[in-house]
Amino acid sequence: MAVERRIALTAPLKPDSRRRNKDVTPDECCEMFSNKFGGLMFGFRGLKATSVGGAIQRAASRSGFSWAAVCKQRALWQQRSVCTGMQRTGNICSIRSASHTTVDPGEVKRFQLLANKWWDEEGDFAALHAMNDLRVPFVRDNLLNAQRERHPGKPLAGLRILDVGCGGGLLTEPLGRLGATVLGIDPVEDSIRIAQLHSSHDPDLRDRVSYRACTLEELSGEGEAEQEEQTETQFDAIVASEVVEHLADLETFAISCSHVLKPGGSLFITTINKTNLSYALAIVVAEQLLHIVPRGTHDWEKFVSPVELERLLESNGFLVQSVQGMLYNPISGAWSWANSTAINYALHAVKQDDETNHHEATHN
Amino acid sequence: MACSLGMDPNLAGKKILLLEAGHKKVMDSVPDTYSTRVSSISPGSATLLSGIGAWEHITRMRYKPYKRMQVWDACSDALITFDKEDLLDEMAYIVENDIVVAAITRQLDALPENVQVKYKSKVVKYTWPTPHHAAESVPWVKVTLANGETLETKLLIGADGPNSMVRQKLGIPTVKWNYDQSAVVAVLHLSESTENNVAWQRFLPTGPIAMLPLSDTESSLVWSTGHRLAEELLELDEESFVDAVNSAFWSNENQSDLIETAGALFRGALSAIMPSAGSPRQLPPSVAGIGPKSRVMFPLGIGHASEYIRHRVALIGDAAHRVHPLAGQGANLGFGDVACLTQLLSQAAFNGKDLGAIQHLLEYETERQRHNLPMMTAIDLMKRLYSTNAAPVVLLRTFGLQATNMLPTLKVSFHTSERTRSSL
Repeated sequence: MAVERRIALTAPLKPDSRRRNKDVTPDECCEMFSNKFGGLMFGFRGLKATSVGGAIQRAASRSGFSWAAVCKQRALWQQRSVCTGMQRTGNICSIRSASHTTVDPGEVKRFQLLANKWWDEEGDFAALHAMNDLRVPFVRDNLLNAQRERHPGKPLAGLRILDVGCGGGLLTEPLGRLGATVLGIDPVEDSIRIAQLHSSHDPDLRDRVSYRACTLEELSGEGEAEQEEQTETQFDAIVASEVVEHLADLETFAISCSHVLKPGGSLFITTINKTNLSYALAIVVAEQLLHIVPRGTHDWEKFVSPVELERLLESNGFLVQSVQGMLYNPISGAWSWANSTAINYALHAVKQDDETNHHEATHN
Repeated sequence: MACSLGMDPNLAGKKILLLEAGHKKVMDSVPDTYSTRVSSISPGSATLLSGIGAWEHITRMRYKPYKRMQVWDACSDALITFDKEDLLDEMAYIVENDIVVAAITRQLDALPENVQVKYKSKVVKYTWPTPHHAAESVPWVKVTLANGETLETKLLIGADGPNSMVRQKLGIPTVKWNYDQSAVVAVLHLSESTENNVAWQRFLPTGPIAMLPLSDTESSLVWSTGHRLAEELLELDEESFVDAVNSAFWSNENQSDLIETAGALFRGALSAIMPSAGSPRQLPPSVAGIGPKSRVMFPLGIGHASEYIRHRVALIGDAAHRVHPLAGQGANLGFGDVACLTQLLSQAAFNGKDLGAIQHLLEYETERQRHNLPMMTAIDLMKRLYSTNAAPVVLLRTFGLQATNMLPTLKVSFHTSERTRSSL
């Protein structure tokens, strides 16, 4: 509940900015957006209230510690009046088109302002933008190692990737440009809208990148319901960057990942370690001393060490391939690989099919 | 640039459009007469051209390598020569501009459909995006053509020459001035057939005169001089013009006894310290005639854009920087831009980046300005240093040139720094 607590602590929500537009069709959605502008939001809240459930609803945003997260939280905080979809959960995801024609122009304008924050390479999310210099090659090269064919210009062509907690699509777009078919999911409706809007202009991305406002668990549950289509909805790779440090139940996360991943598919995670150093930087420095983010943004208890994550993944049918430390230099604004995983780290795991699982087990 | 981008494997499938104001220049056979507009192509630039397959066409058409360069002063005996130690390797190549264009055009035609060229197209309007696009603006650069067509692009590369419309419309401040000089170019017929593998340049008080080898019997003349003198040179009948060229290379009228003596003393002192160093003076070939109607003149200037990039826009070549032809570097600086930008865009594409993103464009600007600015300053300084016959300045440059000529390491680093950089 880290995110909610943060909101409650720092400022009361404006009632008309609160939204629980979970089970809405595209039409309803547009109607809702225009209505919202007229201050009719309460009615919709009543109408759309849904029950709370699901373990990974807290993947509200892909906010880690690290400087990236610090920046991101601050930005999210500034956007609090629109960023309040975090409590919402439910069983059906809303899918809507990014077409400009059905969207209220006023609404578009407001989202563009917000999108500017997400997509300003030198702004609040600068550290997340900079992290692409490490995480895109990390995902690309590990996927290319496993792949035989080469597609010049589109190295990841033919692969289906799921970006969990995609936010404004900062990582989703580069992966799409590399030729992969990417689905970005994030429970924050506004982030999804921003991501859709941003990618809608680029014909290179239009066909490759899609977004849904839902949680991983919802997506995995959907796959279960439609067993026969499962192979088509499964992914070659899952990317969960700066997400797992916000999850309440990692076990469920691992199971859900395994569920939507093809056998032999890759899981890429970047997150923050559970060390004294990370406590000092994320909680003490960022929250208590410098007040860069409101107190309670991060729950150190939810941070996870590479060893713990490895154990958890391996007990759920994954084989961890590599773990690598990442270091952010706040002065140069650049990330670099490091031997030490004491603060941030990236992990690559592969889902084993039952046979190799067995084989590995005997091997070990 | 379009060719270089179109051939990069990481950029495969990217749609590249070249807007060309002129008509298509196809060369089925090499013309009999040489063109007056030539460029000195450094080995680094030749590497770039062979990377895109154009160098092969050039070598099959017409080019002339030179192995040695002699630069000397009209006001003293000071000279400097640059050469490869064994005289086996080429120092650079003189290629006619038409040949370079024809070779690249041929390669462009061979490229797949993703690279297109619109000849005879004229841009009437550019609409620039704001960095973080506001509601009304377009997120990409919008180009409106004279025929009413509009195009949108993630990245616009301005390669539209010293009077770049892209640069002007962006309002990029440019440091520029015109030299009080014009260049007279012509094709020279030598009086006798020689190996002709030396580039000659002599600094006259009115400006440098250079003779660049085209073939065993022909050379290209680039004579930078005052506007009025240039006009007079153009008016002269052929015979008088040839005489003027010969006397420009041979005459001693600008030398004074003082400088002569001082220079000889200094040279004597230097050779006492380093007996084996320094290279002997060679004499330039004499000119017998000029190619028919080959004399042309054009004004000279210098210009440098304070920024090479803006959001989704990059400037290359003369659009970003224009230099005096005295060092033969104009084309090479441009090819260096192409090589650098191609490499950075290729890397960006392989990392899934938006090609118009500012990050790698900034890298391009930093890298090229770091290279181009010192080069331009040096060229401008040389032009100024040699535009006078005041004794102290002449003395200084005489000593400088002599000393440099004696110090092989300094000379090599001066020369090769350009080579290694441009081959990046």
